[in-house]
Amino acid sequence: MFTNFPFFPEAASEQAGQVDALYFFLVAVTAFFMALVGILVVVFAIKFHRKHADEVGVEIHGSLVLELLWTFIPLGITMVMFVWGAQVFFHMTRPPKGAMDIYIVGKQWMWKAQHMDGAREINELHVPLGVPVKLTMGSEDVIHSFFIPDFRVKADVIPGRYNTLWFTATKPGRYHLFCTQYCGTKHSAMIGWVTVMEPSDYQAWLGGGPVNGSMADNGAKLFQDLACATCHLENGQGRAPSLKGVYGSTVTLTTGQTVTADDAYVRESILNSQAKIVAGYQPIMPTFQGLVSEEQLLQLIAYVKSLGGNQQGATK
Amino acid sequence: MRSALSEQQFPQYPAPVAIQPAPAPEHAHHPWLQHHFDNMEQQAEASTLGMWVFLSTEILFFGGLFMAYLVYRHASPEGFQEASHELNRFWGTTNTLVLICSSLTMALAVRAAQTGQSRKTQVGWLLGTMVFGVGFLGIKAIEYYDKFVHHHVPGPYFHWEGMYPKPAEQFYSLYFAMTGLHALHMIIGLGIMAVIAVMAWRGIFDEEYYTPVEVAGLYWHFVDIVWIFLFPLLYLIGGHFKG
Amino acid sequence: MDTTATPTLNYLNNGHGLKSWLLTRDHKRIALLYLWSVTAFFFLGGFFALMIRLELLTPASDLVQPDTYNKLFTMHGIVMVFFFLIPSIPATLGNFLIPIMIGAKDLAFPRINLLSWYIYILGGLFTITAALTGGVDTGWTFYAPYSTTASNSNVILAGLGIFITGFSSILTGLNFIVTVHRMRAPGLTWFRLPLFVWSHYATSLIMILGTPVIAITVLLVAVERGLHLGIFDPALGGDPVLFQHLFWFYSHPAVYIMILPAMGVVSELVQAFARKNIFGYAFVAFSSLAIAIIGFLVWGHHLFVSGQSTYAGLVFSIISMFVAIPSAVKVFNWTATLYKGSVSWDSPMLYAFGFIGLFTIGGLTGLFLATLGMDIHMHDTYFIIAHFHYVMVGGAIFGFLGGLHYWWPKITGRMYPEGWAKFACLNIFIGFNLTFGPQFIVGYLGMPRRYAMYAPEFQVWNVLSTAGATILGIGYLIPMVYFTWSIFKGEIASANPWGARGLEWEIPSPPPTENFLVTPIVTHGTHQYAPSHEVGIV
Repeated sequence: MFTNFPFFPEAASEQAGQVDALYFFLVAVTAFFMALVGILVVVFAIKFHRKHADEVGVEIHGSLVLELLWTFIPLGITMVMFVWGAQVFFHMTRPPKGAMDIYIVGKQWMWKAQHMDGAREINELHVPLGVPVKLTMGSEDVIHSFFIPDFRVKADVIPGRYNTLWFTATKPGRYHLFCTQYCGTKHSAMIGWVTVMEPSDYQAWLGGGPVNGSMADNGAKLFQDLACATCHLENGQGRAPSLKGVYGSTVTLTTGQTVTADDAYVRESILNSQAKIVAGYQPIMPTFQGLVSEEQLLQLIAYVKSLGGNQQGATK
Repeated sequence: MRSALSEQQFPQYPAPVAIQPAPAPEHAHHPWLQHHFDNMEQQAEASTLGMWVFLSTEILFFGGLFMAYLVYRHASPEGFQEASHELNRFWGTTNTLVLICSSLTMALAVRAAQTGQSRKTQVGWLLGTMVFGVGFLGIKAIEYYDKFVHHHVPGPYFHWEGMYPKPAEQFYSLYFAMTGLHALHMIIGLGIMAVIAVMAWRGIFDEEYYTPVEVAGLYWHFVDIVWIFLFPLLYLIGGHFKG
Repeated sequence: MDTTATPTLNYLNNGHGLKSWLLTRDHKRIALLYLWSVTAFFFLGGFFALMIRLELLTPASDLVQPDTYNKLFTMHGIVMVFFFLIPSIPATLGNFLIPIMIGAKDLAFPRINLLSWYIYILGGLFTITAALTGGVDTGWTFYAPYSTTASNSNVILAGLGIFITGFSSILTGLNFIVTVHRMRAPGLTWFRLPLFVWSHYATSLIMILGTPVIAITVLLVAVERGLHLGIFDPALGGDPVLFQHLFWFYSHPAVYIMILPAMGVVSELVQAFARKNIFGYAFVAFSSLAIAIIGFLVWGHHLFVSGQSTYAGLVFSIISMFVAIPSAVKVFNWTATLYKGSVSWDSPMLYAFGFIGLFTIGGLTGLFLATLGMDIHMHDTYFIIAHFHYVMVGGAIFGFLGGLHYWWPKITGRMYPEGWAKFACLNIFIGFNLTFGPQFIVGYLGMPRRYAMYAPEFQVWNVLSTAGATILGIGYLIPMVYFTWSIFKGEIASANPWGARGLEWEIPSPPPTENFLVTPIVTHGTHQYAPSHEVGIV
């Protein structure tokens, strides 16, 4: 009935090796202390087993040396865990420069992916081998979590904000994609597959899909349709600031504070347009909450991004 | 068999207690001493400590709301500022004064019981406290009614003229949650005062036994202090006096 | 002085009839009221658990629909956490023993003690009503905005149940703190207190400081859900991550509410059955306080994948590491206590051995989850399920059962059949490990929690787990049977059947209503088996 007893998931990303090494260290520490405590308890229980009903133990009150030893040795070991874990974490949370962008939207109960050149897919994600891929993820309804066990990466997908995740796939194949944050009735059906392809196959796959313009093109179209362009004139003479070169730059607000114009800022400016007003402009922009979908938002952001600016400045 | 084991089998080690004959009571038991306490002092200390512990849970209870307030105020300071302008500063200040007065009468009520003054004096101060408390709730009701009339009650009928409707609604959500919870504490406080006043009228409290008044006073002062934090947070912060 | 003879009048036969129980202010009777109720909730929660495991026997969703499955695990979590684990040891053994252990006649506020039981029952009725009228499907964590906006189940009713029950826990904690401060017998200094009392004191601190925060949090969920105020739902301008912060600010320390009393029990068991005072008393006592205090500063490790700032993640990670130290100190001190002791293998001691082993695994696997880079992969998988069941079942329930066996003769005045008790303990130990051991592996493989359906390659581990759960379920039923039997037919127990040391063993079994006919004067700490009277603190 069961042909195999799987013990370890496939290690199919650059991150997987690092996480596994940490895992083996932690397992070794656990096994050591487990054995130490287990053996001592069993040995003491047998060696000092009560011989007759009246027997009592020897009065020993403790030993400061031992207490210090078993306070500071575990402390040292946990600090190793902390530092090692933090290193892996830093690596996992900092996408390298020039990572390929893919945008994900989670909704009850499916995963929607948009590639920069416009290809879209549902509950599937095609990525090229050996290329760092950065996912920017938002949710249309409740909290989801995007998890690829074979890559050892995971991030919550939270409505109202963007979370990012990155990986470099190292093995061609098909891998599970799970939602790990409970999101309702069909939570366990909010699953899919990640397909890792040779870069050339990936290009062929992109070309093979329905062609309806890149994300930025779609965003530009929306920018016209929603009449954003009537105020956000490119020459900066409009009632709203020009968006040229804004992405990733530092923007000064009416309050005197400054913010970096990253994905979250562009998103907030569209949905909650009164929250942060650029210095020198009136708060006249209407809110687009409920008028643009999460996917369209991502297209608008891709458009703003395509207008130039400090692309890396906005990367976390 | 284990159960057959008796004390006598272990003569070599000592019991952790010396069971001694109970000391003869020095004087007659106070009628309000509960059976499980040794003396009035222990009983009084237990009651006051119990109230302090309870108040520490209350701090954390309000703390959750204060936390939410700080987070959202930080997220949209202008919106909160704009929303707070719509609160009535006059009524807020008046209410603060009313509560401070009630704290004074409460303190005097405790003192009256503690120093064994006449039951009329005790009841008088307690009733004074209750009058101020009711006055506070009355003013709060005026303010709530005003918000209701102006559609500033969050929910489907919320209406906001200003620039920041969303943060304003959030501000008013927190305003009603925080002041509502505070008002609920006031109402409970009035109930306690009523009970204590009846007890005082029966002449229960004197120099030896006044713990219930003292403990009720602690509660009342705590509720006042919560307002002392709520008032500036909701009414004052955000340049109210500039414009 | 003959204090050991079975008294003619004790707390059990002092008053008969339902009224004498339902209106009692005797902490011992209230403890028994709690014992009955938590046992009922335990078997209710256990029934949900069994249904979950049966559904997970196959990858498909065949026994129950996903919707029903979601309600099952939600009710399992709510019932087990709020209605069994949190009150289990404190409200039963703690309630029964704390006044006796400190030489008092009762808790400081007997009426509040009874009130807390009624509040608990009222909260339980709300929750059961929620379950019977359609159930609730948010998971016991009530994450917003699912709970406030998306779910169409009985969230408000279940939330109110938790809100109400929270006050029972607050009142119990308050009572314990005041009692320990103000009611100790003459001569019973802080450093002579039994470690059971120390751990309950630490637990009470968490109860009074943590519980109000979850109370206000579920209240806000109910308000947002009922009145559409924008607190947590981003569509209404709220912040769903704030909910997680507030929720875990209580619910992580709540884990220590569950484990600390069990640690107190184990400290007593190890001393009583090794007939030896604890090794490093002060370290064991203070480690309870350390766990309670540090426990309040680690909640953010539940948010490592939520996009909280990297630096917040670092801080929460390192503090979570610190909390492992006092836990390790306890384990090593218990082990060292066995050295040169007179170790018996009575059934309560077997539970203590089981606790030490299982808690060590539970604690060490907690370090995996505190390690930032590791938690990313393990977050919300079965690894974490296995981890917290090792702590809560392998820890808290082993402690509870061990304590129940140890003090059973004191509570009822009867012995239970030792052979059956040993058999049940072994049964539970094997069943437990078979249930939750495989979940570590399937968790690392990547099986997410709260899945009604799962990928076929995970099946083999799930089959093992379900088999284990069946053994475990039978294991829990055996003590039920022999404890019930022993109440009527068990051998009469002497005042001190174990030859243990402690104030509770100086008074008759079962104790008289007043506990102590004469106020005791304490001359040294508990569990001093050697002749010397002068006992220093090391």
